Amino acid sequence: MSGIREGHGTLEAQHLVKDFRLRDGVRFSTLHAVKDVSFSLAPGRTVALVGESGSGKSTIARMMAKLETPSSGRVLIDGMPSGDRGRALERYRRDVQMVFQDPFGSLNPFHTIRHHIERPLRIHHPGWSSSDVRSRANELLERVRLAPAGRFAERRPHELSGGQRQRVAIARALAPGARFIVADEPVSMLDVSIRLGVLNLLADLQREEHLGVLYITHDLATARHFSDEILVMFRGEIVERGPSDRVILDPQHEYTKTLLDAAADPDKLGMLRDDVRIGG
Amino acid sequence: MDDAQSTLDPAVADDEITSNRAIAFDSPAAADAVREASRETVAIATPPSRRFRNLLPRRSAKLVGGLVIVGAIVLFGILGPLIAQPPRDSDNPSLEPPSADHWLGTTKLGYDVFAQLAWGAQGSLMIGLVAGTIALVLAVVFGVLAGYFGGVVDEALSLLTNIMLVIPGLPLVMVIAAYVQRSEGLGDFARSSVLVAIVLGITGWAGSAVVLRAQARSLRTREYVAAARVAGERAWRVIFVEILPNLVPLLAAQFIFGIIFAILGEAGLSYLGLGATGSITWGTVLNDAQTGQAVGTGAWWWFVPPGAMIAALGAGLSLINFAIDEVVNPKLRLAPENARQVRRAAKAGRGVTETGVIA
Amino acid sequence: MRADAVPVLTARGVSIEYDVDPPVRAVRNASLTLHRGEILGLAGESGCGKTTLAYGINRLLKAPALMTAGEVTFHDADGRDIDVVELRGDSLRRFRWDKVSMVFQGSMNSLNPVMSIRAQLHDVFTTHRPGMTRREREARCAELLGLVGVDPSRLSSFPHELSGGMRQRVMIAMALALDPQVMIMDEPTTALDVVVQRGIIREIMRLRERLGFAVIFITHDLPLLIEISDRIAIMLEGEIVEQGTAVEIYRAPRHDYTKRLLASFPSLRGDRGDFVRRGAVTTGGAA
Repeated sequence: MSGIREGHGTLEAQHLVKDFRLRDGVRFSTLHAVKDVSFSLAPGRTVALVGESGSGKSTIARMMAKLETPSSGRVLIDGMPSGDRGRALERYRRDVQMVFQDPFGSLNPFHTIRHHIERPLRIHHPGWSSSDVRSRANELLERVRLAPAGRFAERRPHELSGGQRQRVAIARALAPGARFIVADEPVSMLDVSIRLGVLNLLADLQREEHLGVLYITHDLATARHFSDEILVMFRGEIVERGPSDRVILDPQHEYTKTLLDAAADPDKLGMLRDDVRIGG
Repeated sequence: MDDAQSTLDPAVADDEITSNRAIAFDSPAAADAVREASRETVAIATPPSRRFRNLLPRRSAKLVGGLVIVGAIVLFGILGPLIAQPPRDSDNPSLEPPSADHWLGTTKLGYDVFAQLAWGAQGSLMIGLVAGTIALVLAVVFGVLAGYFGGVVDEALSLLTNIMLVIPGLPLVMVIAAYVQRSEGLGDFARSSVLVAIVLGITGWAGSAVVLRAQARSLRTREYVAAARVAGERAWRVIFVEILPNLVPLLAAQFIFGIIFAILGEAGLSYLGLGATGSITWGTVLNDAQTGQAVGTGAWWWFVPPGAMIAALGAGLSLINFAIDEVVNPKLRLAPENARQVRRAAKAGRGVTETGVIA
Repeated sequence: MRADAVPVLTARGVSIEYDVDPPVRAVRNASLTLHRGEILGLAGESGCGKTTLAYGINRLLKAPALMTAGEVTFHDADGRDIDVVELRGDSLRRFRWDKVSMVFQGSMNSLNPVMSIRAQLHDVFTTHRPGMTRREREARCAELLGLVGVDPSRLSSFPHELSGGMRQRVMIAMALALDPQVMIMDEPTTALDVVVQRGIIREIMRLRERLGFAVIFITHDLPLLIEISDRIAIMLEGEIVEQGTAVEIYRAPRHDYTKRLLASFPSLRGDRGDFVRRGAVTTGGAA
């Protein structure tokens, strides 16, 4: 049930703007979270959205997942404007899914893993029989290397580790048959030694399913290694964009340079100490 | 730590892995760490029956005590009327103190107090349940829906909730009861306990609605609700399948509160003569006792038992509520055990602070 | 390691257990030595026991945590050796914050939201230096804020009026208040943006140059530790599996877990960019 899809298209953000009205006592102020952001996601390619907190990257993720409506601008899929309700929204959700940041919070503690995987299957494949749904759910769990699927399916989220939960989240995102995945900091709340494993899994699945992935992170190193293109965001705007290797190795914008300088680099062993000693 | 290839070792006891006891740690990070460490290797399925039991309150003195009291009263309400005389049989000597014939004596009109109490138990419990259910349903509608949808829906529902909150409870019930009972066309129904239950139910939901709204608002921001929306779930399914199950302990507690307030409210109404005068409830017994000058004539057997029953039921239900609270907030459950552990560790201990964490 | 390295804190064979059911051995036979003025990085992931070990060294363990074995010795600047584990009451109070202080994980959120920064900083002095006059305290508080790079006028502010980075600097100022010889910092910058983090790390190193305290820096961010530490200890499941200078750990790691931990941080500037995207060797630990 995997394989090349027909009707390849792109997922495109056009001039997205998002303003929030904040109340401060009796006064209102506007927070311009996202100011005119455009980018495009093609199947089989990963675009990384890199920025610090407050840069607007999470807001963009939520707009792409249709959890927020843009104040202006639109999201196009396969070249056509995407719907915000009804059938059009259903079709959109079948194509675009999201992996959330918090492996604990994104799974309902009350329900089994089976429930989490089978619900999207039932919603987007209403014609399938129960046994079809069940076998597809097991298949998905094994795809994300949670085997044997049957046993994992009966557990509840608090009985799994962080890495296992996040893989369930990936399986859930794949269930509707999505072509595009928005991964919002998918590994930043996981233990360091299992992060690469989950990212590698995502990369493998992307290759196998020819997915388009929007990888949102604050970590430049994994952004570089897992994405084809990097967009650097600062205060709601994209300040630099380009092929990953170029942006990291030859940054143009001041902010990108600041970010790169601030990142921990073991090759700069002892430099900060010497710098400070001299009187920095 | 390759948990992709986890083998399922049946020898590893369920308890180790699936224990969801909250343990006191000296930092949240440490708590998480121990939890993660114990979970990293194996995933074992919990049998479905065990999972259900994890939802229920743990057996404790409070829970057992509360269930015993409430159970006894319910049994009394079911079996009492079967063994007692007809409650309105005035063929008895009046104002007799408790004796072998009449275990709780008789009233001024010669009714057997024990019989009145037994039928009264039925009446009061029925009112409590009906009113509690109505209040819970309304609280869910006005609370959870307002909390989940936000925006205009929230504003509208909250406005109504706030109005209900502001209006004093008992006077409102009195007014409605008086009005309804005086209106034509209701006949006997106007005096029945069902009507009183309905009136109590539709006036007693506001407090619970506020609590449920706050919880629903908080749950709405959980990522698993967002994940359900992104997966394509419709709003009503999100509310019933994702949010409400996590509110079950709270709903149970609110329901029990509702019952308590309904029974007390009914007693108050009856005492004022606005109650279910067509039926027998503990409240009507108290009312009769008051109009029959039970206090003046020293007929304690007439008013003490119904009062005591109301108090006992209230206490029993409250104990059950405390036990439910411990499900909701594990820290409460573990407080005595934590204290014991602190004492034990302090005695054994090296490197343990007795006085507190930070100087 | 510099030839003049003098130990300021020695932990030998420390074992800490959580007395729950079943008991959890959080720290097993851990030994480490902290030298005067050095930065010792304590690296490990969640559950490895690094925070528990720090609490044990600092006498901050709360039941059911129990130190079942080991000794912790503090080598005071005036030459005396203090047995930390045996401290009680007054001597413990004199030790805490004065000789060894701590910046806790997430501590920027442990400022009392209803008290001004001034009140909270003054608190440290009224508790530990009762002899100071109000004016002396105020001067010292202003000096401390200046030390950590916060404008002394912020003394009147409340915590919610400061950014996360500034709050963390205030916590560091509090830890520095009594001029300790050792500072233990538990993930002090993890919740902060990388740019802010760099600023705070720079501040800590500057202060270390100036005041000469030693630091135990606890974090999972191994590349950061390699950059700033003199020596690093790697913890796994309660044990210290490897200890060495930053150079040794980076260039010549010996233990498998150290190698795995290092491999978990893809190099920012190295030329491994293609391998993951094109589907070559998949590395990294299994999740």
